[in-house]
Amino acid sequence: MEKKKNKYINPYIGGVLLGLVLLAANFASGRGLGASGAVKSAVVTAAQSIAPKHTENAPFYKDYFKSHTEGGDQKSSPMKSWLVFEMLGLLVGGFLSGAIAGRLKLKVEHSPRITSKRRLLFALMGGALFGFGSQLGRGCTSGSALSGMAVLSLGGFITMAAIFGTAFALAYFFRKNWIQ
Amino acid sequence: MGPLIVNNFITQNTNLLLAFFIGIGFGWVLESSGFSSSRKLAGVFYGYDAVVLKVFFTAAITAMLGLLFFSLFGWIDLDYVYVNPTYINSAIWGGVIMGAGFIMGGFCPGTSFCAASIGKIDALVFIGGLFIGVVVFAEGYPLWEALYKKNFIGFPKISQSLGLSDGILALGVILAAIGMFWIAEWAEKKFPQPEY
Repeated sequence: MEKKKNKYINPYIGGVLLGLVLLAANFASGRGLGASGAVKSAVVTAAQSIAPKHTENAPFYKDYFKSHTEGGDQKSSPMKSWLVFEMLGLLVGGFLSGAIAGRLKLKVEHSPRITSKRRLLFALMGGALFGFGSQLGRGCTSGSALSGMAVLSLGGFITMAAIFGTAFALAYFFRKNWIQ
Repeated sequence: MGPLIVNNFITQNTNLLLAFFIGIGFGWVLESSGFSSSRKLAGVFYGYDAVVLKVFFTAAITAMLGLLFFSLFGWIDLDYVYVNPTYINSAIWGGVIMGAGFIMGGFCPGTSFCAASIGKIDALVFIGGLFIGVVVFAEGYPLWEALYKKNFIGFPKISQSLGLSDGILALGVILAAIGMFWIAEWAEKKFPQPEY
């Protein structure tokens, strides 16, 4: 038990390392970390290739392209973005860490009190809410809350408090999924 | 001299390459801290595992202090560092919806990709959900565009809004974090849960 617990690095050291990664992003690129923006890039790209007419007319895509043009020229592809490359790196980094620690395994992780099916259903619903909320809130836990806090953004602090506050407030109703 | 991209120390393509390496560091730290497990992530909301709170706030403080010191030493010009815009209503409602997604799904977007990279199928399904959520937002955009753009107040720093200097505000955040770390350590002992 004790050994299993120690497989992960000390959380405070992990926090300092994550802070240094975030600092490096700001120092090199003048921006913070993110995740949901890469999903948006993928959605916009997919929509563009499936229904190009639709993306020319629908207001969301029009707004997206308007805010992603430079000097009247549309930037190459939405996939050639900082966040997309960062997220590709994240997959590699996570995989390497998991491989070295012996944690690579295909599985559905869930409490013994619930079925895999229930876990996956809630994961899907949670993902959908998070995806929607990250667009409304202009960034997720990484892009809005963490990176926003580091640059002292008021919006970042508000979003951080709303995410954690709501999750705490609702924890009681979803306790069966997580605790005995 | 920083940010390097703004001051043309690096090209756009180098910037994307650096994004990839920064991403590797990001993924590595998340995974090795235990963020590839929804059990550990959700733990903070029940007290049995507060790794999220510890890593999140330590990271925020480290980066915040790093930026303030870099600025003090003249290594980075904070005027060129992106500060998130503040739209009050959407910041709150977006956060509330994300909070509900967090407790139901057990991941946030970054951690779900991290967990998927080591084979967690629940994380892959969560990512499927993310795509559904973004598509719903995009397609129904006219319905929530007003809320999305309501009460835009520019790019204020919380220190400005409270009338404090950046340094004093950072000190306040550090003290608050130490208080929360203390509660977190206590909660982990008080509300243990078996591993699975």
